Amino acid sequence: MDGQTLSLVLFSGTDDRLNAAAVLTAGAAAMGHRVNIFLQYWALDAFRAGRITKDHGVAPEGDAAIVQRHGGPHWSEILRQAKDLGEVGIHACSLSMEMLGLKEEDLDPLVDGQEGVASFFVDVDGPVTFI
Amino acid sequence: MSDAVARTLDLKGLSCPLPIVKTAQAMKELESGELVEALATDPGSVPDFTAWCRSTGNELVEHTKENDVFRFLIRKK
Repeated sequence: MDGQTLSLVLFSGTDDRLNAAAVLTAGAAAMGHRVNIFLQYWALDAFRAGRITKDHGVAPEGDAAIVQRHGGPHWSEILRQAKDLGEVGIHACSLSMEMLGLKEEDLDPLVDGQEGVASFFVDVDGPVTFI
Repeated sequence: MSDAVARTLDLKGLSCPLPIVKTAQAMKELESGELVEALATDPGSVPDFTAWCRSTGNELVEHTKENDVFRFLIRKK
């Protein structure tokens, strides 16, 4: 572990952006970096238990057909492998939990729990990337 | 140190970052000094394996390309 941390705030809940975030996470974990993920708004909504692999669409500028044609594992599976490999923490924003009416048991087991912004920043070491 | 390959990883057809992820996972199960052979078709795998080895301290002994398949020989740190 070389002490570097990738800090991601996931806001968008579309499959293309979540996939891009999962790829960055798995790559960072393979390089031995810690990854610190904070789920807000629609990204958090995409992590609901039992619905994580449903079709979440793509960003307005995107083309779902291109994403589908490329194939590959689902972003949730990439995140699972990243968590197996390295130090990857995924936390739900407590404010977004409240806004969406979610409880921790409503979330996929990939999510380690909920926290507020202050707690997220305790683990931030360097820049924060917002997706 | 033995020059026999302890493990071969067939990573053909996998896209970035899975070749590196699977290699990092497999490395955990090997002993220091053992050789692993990784076969990949991901076009980014040459710079990726080079960077991964440099960053993690594992030795990229050689890399070759044959029929669109990249072959990496890595010695565990």
